[in-house]
Amino acid sequence: MFGLKADWSHEVFERYFTIGDYAGGEARWCPGCGDHGILAAVHKLLRDEQAIPELTVAVSGIGCSSRLPHYMGTFGFHGLHGRALPVACGIKSRRPELDVWVATGDGDCFSIGTAHWIHAIRYNMDMTVLVFDNSIYGLTKAQSSPTSPLGMKTNTHPFGAILGPLNPLTVTLGISNVSFVAQVVDWSPPLVYETLKAAHRHRGLGFVRIIQRCPVFADAHGKEMLADPTRVLLLNHEHGIPIDKSVARQFPNHREHDPADLAGARDIAQDQSRIPVGLLYHNPDAPCYEDLSSRGGDMTPARKLAGLDSALDDFTI
Amino acid sequence: MGDKMQESKGYPPARTINECIVEIVSDSGEGAQKAGETFGAISARMGNGVWTVQIIPAEIQPPARSPAGASGIRIRLASKYVTNMGDEADLAVAFNEQVLYWRIANGAYKQGTVVLLEDKWRDDPVEEIRAQYAKAVAEFRAHGLIVHELPIERACLEITSNPQRGKNMFVLGMLCQIFSRDLDTARAQITKTFRRKGDKVIDLNRRLFDAGYGFARERIDICYAIPPQPGHGGRYIVTDGNQAIGLGVMAAGMELVSMYPITPATSASHYLAEVYHKVGGFVHQAEDEIAAIGFALGASYAGKTACTITSGPGLALKTEFLALAVMAEIPLVLVVVQRGGPSTGLPTKVEQGDLLASLYGEPGDAPKVVIAAATIEECLHFVIMARRLAETFRTPVVLLTDANLATGVQPYPRPEPCVEWLAPPIDQSEWDESVPPYAWDDVTGLSSRPIPGMRGGEYVLTGLAHTKQSKVAYDSDSNQRGCEMRSRKLAALAGTLKPPIVHGDAEGDLLVVGWGSTLGAIEEAIDRARADGHKVSSLHLRFLSPMEPGLKEIFLRFRKVMTVEINYSDDPQAPLITRETRRYAQLAWLLRAQTLIDVDCWSAVYGHPLQPGMIYRVLLKHLAALEGNN
Repeated sequence: MFGLKADWSHEVFERYFTIGDYAGGEARWCPGCGDHGILAAVHKLLRDEQAIPELTVAVSGIGCSSRLPHYMGTFGFHGLHGRALPVACGIKSRRPELDVWVATGDGDCFSIGTAHWIHAIRYNMDMTVLVFDNSIYGLTKAQSSPTSPLGMKTNTHPFGAILGPLNPLTVTLGISNVSFVAQVVDWSPPLVYETLKAAHRHRGLGFVRIIQRCPVFADAHGKEMLADPTRVLLLNHEHGIPIDKSVARQFPNHREHDPADLAGARDIAQDQSRIPVGLLYHNPDAPCYEDLSSRGGDMTPARKLAGLDSALDDFTI
Repeated sequence: MGDKMQESKGYPPARTINECIVEIVSDSGEGAQKAGETFGAISARMGNGVWTVQIIPAEIQPPARSPAGASGIRIRLASKYVTNMGDEADLAVAFNEQVLYWRIANGAYKQGTVVLLEDKWRDDPVEEIRAQYAKAVAEFRAHGLIVHELPIERACLEITSNPQRGKNMFVLGMLCQIFSRDLDTARAQITKTFRRKGDKVIDLNRRLFDAGYGFARERIDICYAIPPQPGHGGRYIVTDGNQAIGLGVMAAGMELVSMYPITPATSASHYLAEVYHKVGGFVHQAEDEIAAIGFALGASYAGKTACTITSGPGLALKTEFLALAVMAEIPLVLVVVQRGGPSTGLPTKVEQGDLLASLYGEPGDAPKVVIAAATIEECLHFVIMARRLAETFRTPVVLLTDANLATGVQPYPRPEPCVEWLAPPIDQSEWDESVPPYAWDDVTGLSSRPIPGMRGGEYVLTGLAHTKQSKVAYDSDSNQRGCEMRSRKLAALAGTLKPPIVHGDAEGDLLVVGWGSTLGAIEEAIDRARADGHKVSSLHLRFLSPMEPGLKEIFLRFRKVMTVEINYSDDPQAPLITRETRRYAQLAWLLRAQTLIDVDCWSAVYGHPLQPGMIYRVLLKHLAALEGNN
């Protein structure tokens, strides 16, 4: 930090960014909302990675999660409900050098934006996707979301949610060309930070589902998860997320899992009795769509005109 | 046509005519369209004005010999510039008799249309087919068609064992003899048509062509010459309207087309997918219509103004993103190749039904630029204009074309692209931090936009009501101000437009106003009525939002103004329809609101392009009513 390197040499930065360079307006989420911690982790990570603010773009849909770009000092795109991913992919398609972050929620990503979630995983463009999953619609005031547990009382299901929840992990792990799937809980800040770092460093779509508390509309659900740390299953592996001692203490249930093992990841995801946290799957070699979609972006005007000339020749009589 | 020719030297001398409409109709997959396109290209190379249009069946593989399966092509060629498909055909070549029923039902033929009919069905082993054939030929003759039954397939069998696939070039040979086409030009065009298939295929098709040419010389006593149009010269290209859009995208320097398959728009993307890499571009096939525009908007936001191409149902799905583009002032080119609606409607047929949806389809006030191409050539040049407007005015631009332009094929001057047409490289210079992302000019509403990568330009784009800092507006004035500024841009653009040019005299009894692909048919009808001595003129709008200026002044110089459109309007004579209940054609609605003049309309949704004769009859009716009012 501040230019001091591990070998005690001092690097003089032409530009050095502090957390303030990544922060935007004051976050207006409710007090106690898990989103604050995620935002702090993003700011800290960008600072630690010295991401260039003008080359960083935070894209979101609509919902509590999707307010995130407003609290960033980078470029931001606060778009339409469910449609963060097509926009993010479009940005990346011809500007692959931009560092794209996506903030979305359980309603935004797993309900209205389902088609884009599935296809964005398949495109595997190099971006970091954070799903803020609090199992409830917050901004529109307490409707059931696709991940609301069976029986959870909401304004649309006042007698309790009548369908069991969708499992975003099994779905994501079932999509062709999936390359990075991790899950964390917002009440473990070191794990959130390390997971975001791994997702961000991964070349491809880093998908992180962040199970997160809504103290206003889903307080009981959050408390229930928090009350029993043994429900969380901490995934451990030398190629997984680096685990702090405090995190290892926080979650006593550990399991060794190689993130290269897709079948194993699917088995873990399938087990609804546990909340797995850590890196479920990682394939650093999955092809990225922008490698195809950005081709020719550096073509000179002269070559473009020559190409156009040859296209016109095909029609010339 | 159809005059009995005097015979000499074994085949008739060519009679000079000024224009002719030819159709080739078949079951689908028999190559009629390729033959017709090649015939059109040969004629264009010889200097004729040409318009070709495909006759498309509704299904991919309709059953053989079914009237609704009629597939084929119409070619109109003339000694003048041709702008539309014309009225009834003069000559038709048919590969079976059933498909002709469909064309007759569509009013494609008249008394005296010559039909060159494949006669193999007369001796078909199936009795039912023999009976159908005999009955049809009798009915066609009773209908006034001049039917020549010809053993086309039998003649092809002498050259190929698969006449089903070779017949089209044989028929091309026949047509080239009938219309005195230059043989070298024809053979060169065949070589070009099959250039990707190898020498063997080229050779076979040329032999079929030669055989057809000889066959017509021996067997058909019709021969015409259609001299080239005066002033013909320079280089021409022959494309359909969707290929023209593709060329326009490339000539505009846009690097991305993001699309989802939808008829009749998709062929523009098909074309681009083949050639776009030559100019460094990419076609993204998105997971749905919404994602297609979202992806394009992402690229546009990042500084690479993109294009998305769709048709009516796709436009409906894209409206939310379109409104975001308006609200957040993101340049975008949205091409809508209109088809028949509502709902799935008539996917392969023409309609001008999306004008109001383009202008007003979004929730709230979403002012944007809407332009409409009137010719195939304009499809190309308007894409270039659309990108420039989108970037200059920081707005989405909707470019309307339709199935008539998409499937029509026409020669037009080859464009001479230049660097100025291409999108400039993206600006990555430092942004003056004191300038807000929406530094609206008080008068014009215009502002320039920060692009990711510009140091100091960081801002958060939002679809929420926002201030000029792009901060979410919590005060009551900001929303009013934002709407005002976005609307003002259209007024600023309107100030740069010229009044439209009136076709015909600047004053008179009746002024017909049109937009889009009906230009050629309307002007042809107007010319015909003017030749009869009627005081009629026409005017064609290219800009629909904002509109070209001076309309009211022009309209006031005519006793009556009416639009002619391909969309639905109530017939004023229909039951329950009064001046209060009548629903007008879409442009008529707009013009009535714009000018406060009692603009009348005539429109229809039969799914086919308006033909000059049809419009001519409408004009006469309205002129007669005007006389009656005197």
